[in-house]
Amino acid sequence: MVEVNSMTPKVEGHTKMKKHVWKKKIVPYIFIAPSVILFSIFMLYPIGYSFVMSFQTSAGGEMTFNGLENYKRLFNDDIFLKALKNTFIILAVQVPMMLFLALILAVLLHSSLLKWKAMFRVSFFLPAVTSLVAYSIIFSIMLMNDGLMNQLLEWIGISSIPWLSHPFWAKVSLILAMTWRWVGYNMVIYLAALQNISEDLYEAASIDGASKVRQFFSITIPQLKPVILFTAILSTIGTLQLFDEPYTLTKGGPSDETLTIGMYLYQTGFRYFDFGYASTIAYVIVVLIAILSFIQFKVSGDER
Amino acid sequence: MKKISLYITLTIGALISLFPFYWAFIGATNESGKLFSKQLSFVPGTKLIENVTNLDESIGIGRVLFNSLFVSLTYTIFSLLICTMAAYAFAKFEFKGRDTIFAIFLLSMMIPYHATVIPLFKMMATFGWLNTYKALILPNLAYPFAIFLMRQNMLAFPNALIEAARIDGAGEWRIFFRIVLPSMKPALAATAIFLFMYQWNSFLWPLIAVSSTDMYTFPVALSSLFGLSRIDYGQVMAGVTLATVPIIVFFLSLQRHFISGMLGSAVK
Repeated sequence: MVEVNSMTPKVEGHTKMKKHVWKKKIVPYIFIAPSVILFSIFMLYPIGYSFVMSFQTSAGGEMTFNGLENYKRLFNDDIFLKALKNTFIILAVQVPMMLFLALILAVLLHSSLLKWKAMFRVSFFLPAVTSLVAYSIIFSIMLMNDGLMNQLLEWIGISSIPWLSHPFWAKVSLILAMTWRWVGYNMVIYLAALQNISEDLYEAASIDGASKVRQFFSITIPQLKPVILFTAILSTIGTLQLFDEPYTLTKGGPSDETLTIGMYLYQTGFRYFDFGYASTIAYVIVVLIAILSFIQFKVSGDER
Repeated sequence: MKKISLYITLTIGALISLFPFYWAFIGATNESGKLFSKQLSFVPGTKLIENVTNLDESIGIGRVLFNSLFVSLTYTIFSLLICTMAAYAFAKFEFKGRDTIFAIFLLSMMIPYHATVIPLFKMMATFGWLNTYKALILPNLAYPFAIFLMRQNMLAFPNALIEAARIDGAGEWRIFFRIVLPSMKPALAATAIFLFMYQWNSFLWPLIAVSSTDMYTFPVALSSLFGLSRIDYGQVMAGVTLATVPIIVFFLSLQRHFISGMLGSAVK
């Protein structure tokens, strides 16, 4: 008989046995208890509460239910629709571009003949450890009207570009900065996945005379599909929540041209303290993430 | 020939990746206007101390650095403990509701942080915890991604070792702390770096939860400095550099673990 409860060594065998079984059952619950309790208080409860608040208004001072009014208001809210449009433009351009670039870098770095692999890997990954606020500030300073980028452009004879003050260029700036920050991060994920592709596949393809480019599209990409899907979903979630970068880099401007849903939620909630409407915006983000993830799963599944 | 172009491409890429850090350092060591002058200068100047002193007067570097370090370290230690415990149960025990609870944790990673921010703010206001360390540390202690990362790494730990220890009469806590954890060092290091970086760089929540300047963390302090109508860019770049150097040093010293630990779980 195993001594299971040293605190009460004198209990008789039968109860001990029962205690042993009971204890074995309770142990895993004790291990997960702190996580589950904290998670319930600070995650599950807020998620539920936020859902309730999305049907409420604080217009009269106290929170009262107003049915679907918030949701109706959303679809006639020009600023929200603009923020939605901006977010989707950034999503549609930035995510595919960044993931493709990350994939190419990963393949280049994966080639076995390369020296200084670790040094390149760290260099590319380093932007991913910096704070979003810090890098946005650096980019903002580099992209100002008389900043480094424009001085370099003038130096090679191109007229300067209003990076942060023109509707189109402000989006370009945001996309460039985000790509700089996240390419290395995705590259490292791809690098790991590349290690699991059998060399035999490439050897067989080489013998059949397939070019490197051909191998990239017909071996690498199909083999990495699950990982590409994983990174696509992660980046989609990240972009739909985009806040730190536009808040710092462009402050949403010029005239709301880089305002994102995340920023609009912050403004509604913490500048105008309209918690009900802000919660509605939050739930729109939840629904969009669910829909887009579902579509991405579907698309990658059907092609197989 | 092909190889040379590969090296050139990668080197250019690496330079683009690293240059903004260097530019921040150039800014930190020169006076404010230098970053915008016609004579571009790529050499460090001599104004670092002056810029840091000015920065200290504006935001109080000591206090901000302490806040950021204290919050990040406390958070990392407790979160690592809590998440690793949960991960151990998910990986090595069979119990009712295990898969459901684990699935809920995973699914919550799809929920945007924004959906919790407003209720959290109200909650903290009710408890009177706004402008406290509690508000900064508590909300994300149970971090699903950390639980996931540790669980994936623990799956491979041999069950036989745990059973053997039980037969020898070792208590469950002893098994966890003395037998399982010591063999998880790389994974623990990776998760710790991940948690530390997450908290050190966190912006939206501290921006909301903290309004008095003596509770500012680095990103909030930098953002407030950058939002002023007259910006001293030398100061700002000094601040950016100071906020970035610790995390880079921290990362470089542990990067082997980080990359292998992240990868070990991502692909399994």
